[in-house]
Amino acid sequence: MKQFIAFVKKEFYHIWRDKQTLLILFGMPIAQIMIFGFALTNEVKNAKIAILNPSKDIASATLTQRIDASRYFDVLKNLQSQSQIEAAFQEGKIKLAVIFPQDFNASLLHNNTATIQFIADASDPNIATTLTSYASAIVQDYQEEMKGANTLPYTIQTDTRMLYNPQLKGAYNFVPGVMAMILLLVCTLMTSIAIVREKERGTMEILLASPLQPIVVILAKAIPYLVLSMVNIASILLLSVFVLELPIEGSLPLLIGESILFTITSLSLGLLISSITASQQVAMMISLVGMFLPTLMFSGFMFPIESMPVPLQVISNIVPAKWYFYIVKAVMIKGLGIGAIWKETLILSGMTVFLLGLSIKKYKIRLA
Amino acid sequence: MIELNTHMITADKLTKQFGDFTAVDQISFDVSKGEIFGFLGANGAGKTTAMRMLCGLSLPTSGKASVNGFDVNTETEKIKRSIGYMSQKFSLYEDLTVRENMRFYGGIYGMTIPQIKLKTQYILEHLHLEKEKDTLVGSLPLGWKQKLSFSVAIFHDPSIVFLDEPTGGVDPITRREFWEMIYEAAHKGTTIFVTTHYMDEAEYCNRVCIMVDGRIEAMDTPANLKKQYESAHMEDVFLKLARKATRIAD
Repeated sequence: MKQFIAFVKKEFYHIWRDKQTLLILFGMPIAQIMIFGFALTNEVKNAKIAILNPSKDIASATLTQRIDASRYFDVLKNLQSQSQIEAAFQEGKIKLAVIFPQDFNASLLHNNTATIQFIADASDPNIATTLTSYASAIVQDYQEEMKGANTLPYTIQTDTRMLYNPQLKGAYNFVPGVMAMILLLVCTLMTSIAIVREKERGTMEILLASPLQPIVVILAKAIPYLVLSMVNIASILLLSVFVLELPIEGSLPLLIGESILFTITSLSLGLLISSITASQQVAMMISLVGMFLPTLMFSGFMFPIESMPVPLQVISNIVPAKWYFYIVKAVMIKGLGIGAIWKETLILSGMTVFLLGLSIKKYKIRLA
Repeated sequence: MIELNTHMITADKLTKQFGDFTAVDQISFDVSKGEIFGFLGANGAGKTTAMRMLCGLSLPTSGKASVNGFDVNTETEKIKRSIGYMSQKFSLYEDLTVRENMRFYGGIYGMTIPQIKLKTQYILEHLHLEKEKDTLVGSLPLGWKQKLSFSVAIFHDPSIVFLDEPTGGVDPITRREFWEMIYEAAHKGTTIFVTTHYMDEAEYCNRVCIMVDGRIEAMDTPANLKKQYESAHMEDVFLKLARKATRIAD
C-alpha cells in the first residue's frame, strides 16, 4: 500500500508539472462543449434571406413580416427585380430567396390560387431542405388562418411532437458524444503515453528491477487518469446543464456509474496500447487513428449507424464508445433506468473485463 | 572488507539465447560479499544481458545462478527486494525534484517515511546537494545526476548493487568521485557488480571478468591479469583478448 501511494503521488507530480498537457486536459472538454454548443451547430437560426415582392399588397406583406419575425429567418434585403436574385446568391450572403408574384393578393382572391417561389442555395443540401420546409410551414400556417370559418367539411390535421428534445436542440446529441470522446482521449491516449514514456526514458527498467508488483504499476498509472476523467465528466455535465440548459432526465448516480465503467474500458485500451508499443509517437498514433477516428465514425455521434451499410453496422458493434453513447443518451436525455440499458451495460462490462485482462496479461514483467 | 567465504552471487553455466543467437554462453563465476566485481567487454559482448538475468529482469535459457542466496529462475521477487539497480540510461524522473525522487524510490522499496527522511538528509549532506533538494532533477548537471542515481540505487541499503555502465558520458573528475562513492559502499559491506568499458575503471575493481562474444575469456584481479598478459595497463589486456571477437558490435 505504501508503494502504491508513493507511485500515485509520483504520477500526480508528472501530470501537475506538465502544464501544457494539464491545460489541454482541462481546457479541452470546456472548449469542445463551447464549440459544439455555440459554433458547430446544425440547427438553422437567423438564416439570411432576400425577398422579392413586386405586389406589395396586404397578403404578401403579412407573409413577409411573419417570415422575418420567425427565429429561423432574417430578411437581409428586399430585391427590386428578378435579375437581382442571381446576384444576391452570388454575393453568398443569403441562403434563401422568397419571390412573390405580381398581384399576389388579387390572384389569391379571384383565382383562388397564387404561387410563392422559394429559391434556396443548395450547395449545402441539408440547410436548403431545412430552410424551405420552415418557410413552407409558415405559409401553411398563414393559409390555415385565412380559411377561417369557411372550411372544407373535413380536414386532416397533423400533430407532430418531438419526443425527448422538443426544441430540437443539437446539444442533446453532442453532449453524450463529447463525453465519450473526452473520456477516450484522456484515458486511452494519456494512459498509453504515460506508460510508454517510462519505457522510452529507461525508468521502466528500474521499476521492473524493483519489487513492485505489475498490478501496482498498472493501477497506480490508471488511478490519476480516472480521477482526471471524473473531473472532466463533472465539468461537461455542469456546462451542459447550466450553460446549454440541457436537463439530466435520468438518475445522476447511474450516469456517473456508467461513465466510470466506460472510463475503465478506455483505461484498459490505453494499457493495452502501451504494452504493445515502444515509443510515445506510436502510442499516440494508435490512440488517435485506431481509437479516436472509429469513435467519431461508429459511435453514432456524427453519422447515424442505421444508415450505414450492413458490414459497417456490424463493425460499429466492437467500438466501445457506441455503447456508452447509447447509454448516456438513454439515461441523460430519455431518463431511462438501468432496466432499459442493462444489455448495453453488460456488453460494455464484458469488453472492459476482456481488455483489462488482456492488458494485464500482456504487461511485460521482464525485459526479454 | 571482502568476505571471501560468503558468496553473494554465483553463476553456473548461465546461458541466454535469443533465437539462434547466444548472447551469454555458459558463464560461471562467484562474487564475494563486499567485493567490487567488474564486468568488462565490448559493446554487444553480453554484459548487460548477463546482468539483467542476475537482476531478475530476464530469465536464463539454461544454467543456474543465485543472488543473495535466491534462485534467478524461481525467486526473482526476493532478489528484487535485496538488490539495487542502476541502468545505462539515466533513470531518475527529470520532472521530479531531488527529494521527490528519493521519496518515490524509497516508497516503492517499502521504506517508511521516517526512514526515507533520515536517508534523504544523509544523502543530501553527503553529496552537498542540500540547496538543490527542491530543484527538478532535469536541471542538474550530468555528473550530479549520475551520483544521485547511484545514491538512489543504494537508498534502501541493498546487499548487492548492480551498475550497468554507470559512468557513461561523465567527465574524469566526476568519474573519480563516483568511484569513491562505490568504494565507500563496498567498505560498508555492499557487494558491487559493475559493467564498464572504461579500462581505467577496471583498475579500481577487486576482480574483473572480461567477456568476449558472450563467453568469459579471463577472470582475475587486475594485477594478475596484467602479469598474465604481460601488459602495463588493463587496456592492453583487454585489447589482446577482445581482438578474438568475431561478433559485430551493435
